[in-house]
Amino acid sequence: MDLKSYKSDFPIFKNLPGLVYLDSTATSLKPNSVTDKLLEYYQKYSANVFRGVYKISEKATEEYEETRKIVAEFINAERTEEVVFTRSTTESLNLVAYSMGRKIISEGDEIVTSVMEHHSNFVTWQQLALENGAVFKVIDVTNDGFLNQAALDMDKIITKRTKILALTYISNVLGTINPLKQIIETAKNINPKLIIVIDAAQAAPHMKIDVQDLGCDFLSFSSHKLLGPTGIGILWGRFELLDEMFPFNYGGEMIQEVYIDKTIFKQPPHKFEAGTPHIAGVIALKEAIRYLQKIGMPKIREHEKALVKYILKKFQSTFGKKIRILGPKEADDRGGIVSFTFGNYHAHDIAQILDEENICIRAGHHCAMPLHQRLGVAASARASFYLYNTLEDIDKLVRGLKKVENVLK
Amino acid sequence: MNSIYQEIILEHYKNPHNFGTIKDPTKKTSAANPLCGDEIEIAILFKKNKVEEIKFKGRGCAISQASASILTDFVLGKVKDDLKKLDKDFMIKLLGIELGPNRIKCALLSLEALHKLIV
Repeated sequence: MDLKSYKSDFPIFKNLPGLVYLDSTATSLKPNSVTDKLLEYYQKYSANVFRGVYKISEKATEEYEETRKIVAEFINAERTEEVVFTRSTTESLNLVAYSMGRKIISEGDEIVTSVMEHHSNFVTWQQLALENGAVFKVIDVTNDGFLNQAALDMDKIITKRTKILALTYISNVLGTINPLKQIIETAKNINPKLIIVIDAAQAAPHMKIDVQDLGCDFLSFSSHKLLGPTGIGILWGRFELLDEMFPFNYGGEMIQEVYIDKTIFKQPPHKFEAGTPHIAGVIALKEAIRYLQKIGMPKIREHEKALVKYILKKFQSTFGKKIRILGPKEADDRGGIVSFTFGNYHAHDIAQILDEENICIRAGHHCAMPLHQRLGVAASARASFYLYNTLEDIDKLVRGLKKVENVLK
Repeated sequence: MNSIYQEIILEHYKNPHNFGTIKDPTKKTSAANPLCGDEIEIAILFKKNKVEEIKFKGRGCAISQASASILTDFVLGKVKDDLKKLDKDFMIKLLGIELGPNRIKCALLSLEALHKLIV
């Protein structure tokens, strides 16, 4: 088995030959086309958007808005106006909690999330519930890392008082790909008014997303995890909901008319984009999406699945029971994320010794403390993949782990 | 950069000194780093003002456990007032390794516990 290598498109591998980057769940590397585009904006038309009547401002605005269109197509949004640019997935989720949550949650209502969430899709809702006297319900996972028959038990979880269901598409620790379409359909059958918020930070970079087919109400993800610049999050929401919501920040760019006694706000998405945005980043984000689309999302998914199959096999044949994999056993059920514990070795020691071999993995609780508590693990090591990873990277990881064993045993 | 997993650190990690508990300690305490799951329990026995015995138990990364072993070795026989002066720079010197900002807290965990014992 051999996999295509995309490393030559990523300048970091020229600058750091031998780098084994296995932390794309934290952030992804950037291809040439993205960094070129950032520079293009700063060097050729670095004006503010929406304000100028001069040519370079119009050019910047046009490039900025073109990204919105490309993002909308990327996730099959019905309308381009449904795409809001924020700072991060975290901010997108907080925006929904603030601008929608405050509007619809009152005492005794229910907010539901799961124990496999990243803190940004957990604490956000926990606090919204605490502040408003709502009930905070948490869906459990099975020992294999699946949502605990969530789809089957939905009638016990979702009631007429449930206002928000917030779930991740792919767990950033377990790698589990949740059967969202099925869960959403069942939940909406029980309570058609339920608002469903999806954290797609780990999904959007790695598989085809279709918001209309999913049937959710909000979906968020980050530019920097899908080869784009840091500092940009995407919030997609159904237009009629965005239209009803409170604004998020007040200020420039989000207003239509301002008087001493009142203000009329712009329509979505601009209603949510007060202040000068990360113009260069948004402009360059479209190059990341174009790059992904040129390869094709199904092909990226297959590439990562092959890597996961290989690492699961390698771990088993080399280390046997010394390595405990968190999450589903089959590559079909998971994205390109493999978290594990290794003997009694602490995740930080594992990561540090691997770093001596230029292998980057993550160690800790990966912003998912409730999940680690549930699994009875203080910290885990995590290797995660993207299209630029190869089978050789995994061979190097396995060799690195043998070194860990030699040093610490 | 040299490996932080020097022979001496690994030796203390694998065979920690002063590991265990004291029957009637003058004082005992614990410190933990919930972020990475490192835990240390330390008990101390003073005779007059001198450390007669010090023992620790814990679990966590090699750096946190080796640091506790090395620190407790140093502390044995010392006078209480001298221990109050021990700080981060002292700890770095004692361990003799270069630690990045993320790992320094592992090394300081046992010192944090020690300071709780001598207030």
